Amino acid sequence: MKTESRLEKVLASGALAVTSECGPPRGVVPDKVKEKAELLRGYVDAVNVTDNQTAMVRMSSWAASILLKQIGIDPVFQMVTRDRNRLAMQADIIGAYSHGVNTMLCLSGDHPHFGDHPMAANVYDLDSVQLIQAVVKMRDEGKFQGGKDIDHPPKMFVGAAANPFADPFELRVMRLAKKVRAGVDFIQTQCIYNLDKFARWMDGVCERGLHEKVHILAGITPMKSAGMARYMKNRVPGMDVPDDIVKRMEGVPKEKQPEEGIKIAVESIERLKEMEGVHGFHIMAIEWEEKVPEIVEKAGLLPRPEI
Amino acid sequence: MITAVRKPMEEIIACVAPYDRILLVGCNECVSVCSVGGRKEVALLASALQMHFLKQGKTMDIKEITLERQCDPEYVEELVNLTDGADAILSMACGCGVQTIAGRYREKPVFPAVNTTFMGASERQGVWSERCQGCGDCVLGITGGICPIARCSKRLMNGPCGGSSNGKCEIDPNIDCAWQLIWDRLKALGLERRIEDIMEAKDWRTSRDGGPRKIVREDLAS
Repeated sequence: MKTESRLEKVLASGALAVTSECGPPRGVVPDKVKEKAELLRGYVDAVNVTDNQTAMVRMSSWAASILLKQIGIDPVFQMVTRDRNRLAMQADIIGAYSHGVNTMLCLSGDHPHFGDHPMAANVYDLDSVQLIQAVVKMRDEGKFQGGKDIDHPPKMFVGAAANPFADPFELRVMRLAKKVRAGVDFIQTQCIYNLDKFARWMDGVCERGLHEKVHILAGITPMKSAGMARYMKNRVPGMDVPDDIVKRMEGVPKEKQPEEGIKIAVESIERLKEMEGVHGFHIMAIEWEEKVPEIVEKAGLLPRPEI
Repeated sequence: MITAVRKPMEEIIACVAPYDRILLVGCNECVSVCSVGGRKEVALLASALQMHFLKQGKTMDIKEITLERQCDPEYVEELVNLTDGADAILSMACGCGVQTIAGRYREKPVFPAVNTTFMGASERQGVWSERCQGCGDCVLGITGGICPIARCSKRLMNGPCGGSSNGKCEIDPNIDCAWQLIWDRLKALGLERRIEDIMEAKDWRTSRDGGPRKIVREDLAS
């Protein structure tokens, strides 16, 4: 084991891991973080805490991660390179780790253009690949990115994202290979609706043996409505929602659509379980966290392993 | 070249309104090429200002001159006999030119009439695009001749990010995804594998982050 991370232990046991997500509040009330996470207790192995997601200011991901840790839920501390330079990022990694946060996710983050501070400077001192390198170097060499020794280095289990559906598709396996080369331990993918395309990507991943070097958690987001399906299809960059999914959602009455969305999510998980190289699921139920237990249960992912 | 766009007329008017005699100085270099601060634009701005102030019942005395290169002290020296007759100087050069004038004629207020925007190249008639951020450590040799620092919205060194869609950047469908361009070019050169080489964290000292930069050429410096 490289770290004390619960997620690492679950993955090492060979069990399919389950993670979910919780966006911190746009204000100071700590209970809001805890309430969201409580819905997930016992149903997932770790909970991602987003970092100023969609470039909107929220409670910092390290602070919200610590709140989760305090109630005994394991956070995946997300860090985007958009908002901080390498000094601030390393300081936050050390700070979070000193409070028991041992699992993190390295991202570049949405451009400020999409958020409510489009006038902000976007930092990008490092990109996501370089952040992976930095965190791995802190852990494995006990050195800061700048090269000096760390007095008791943080030992993070290091994750990153992959979007098999972004363009150019032919590059997407190579991009994963690059993150693997940087030392990433696990990957959470973009939400998967186009399973055939995902399968093609996984074939490429397995062909190169990357699935033996990194744990891939398949991204799942249940659709609440046909409107959401259309929005994701047409408006969210890098999202691939096939027409038959939209039609299937449109084909049931509005009050039945949430149920249909859950059904699609569960069916997707069932099919993904059969794919070589899929080591777990990252279930992002956006502002719909209360449905995660149902999905996990229906998909036969219970009980979660005791570690 | 350095590109610029003219400031809004109201902003320029507000700067010069308190004065009666203006020295309006153009530049024959970059801003002339991008049609914002050369001889022709100096004449147009002078007329527009005069008309504006005439309507207000004020005669504004505007002297026009376009220097060969406003960022060069040698040419800026040509203003020495003209500044006495002016209450303020309005420069149509890039920020380098404005500062060269301000440094030489310390007793005169100097105002910029243009917003200096970027180092870019001409795409076609009337269209310029950013191409270089002067990071001081050029990577074009390994990125197929396309700069990720100037042309990727997130200046990713190991792109593309997950927002690349049909060759365009997620922030604006009018912006090409720099990493798609890099990928296409590496493919054309038969260098696809290079995309997997990690570009290490950049040393930004050679860029603005190391403090204001200076080049001293001992072989040339006097």
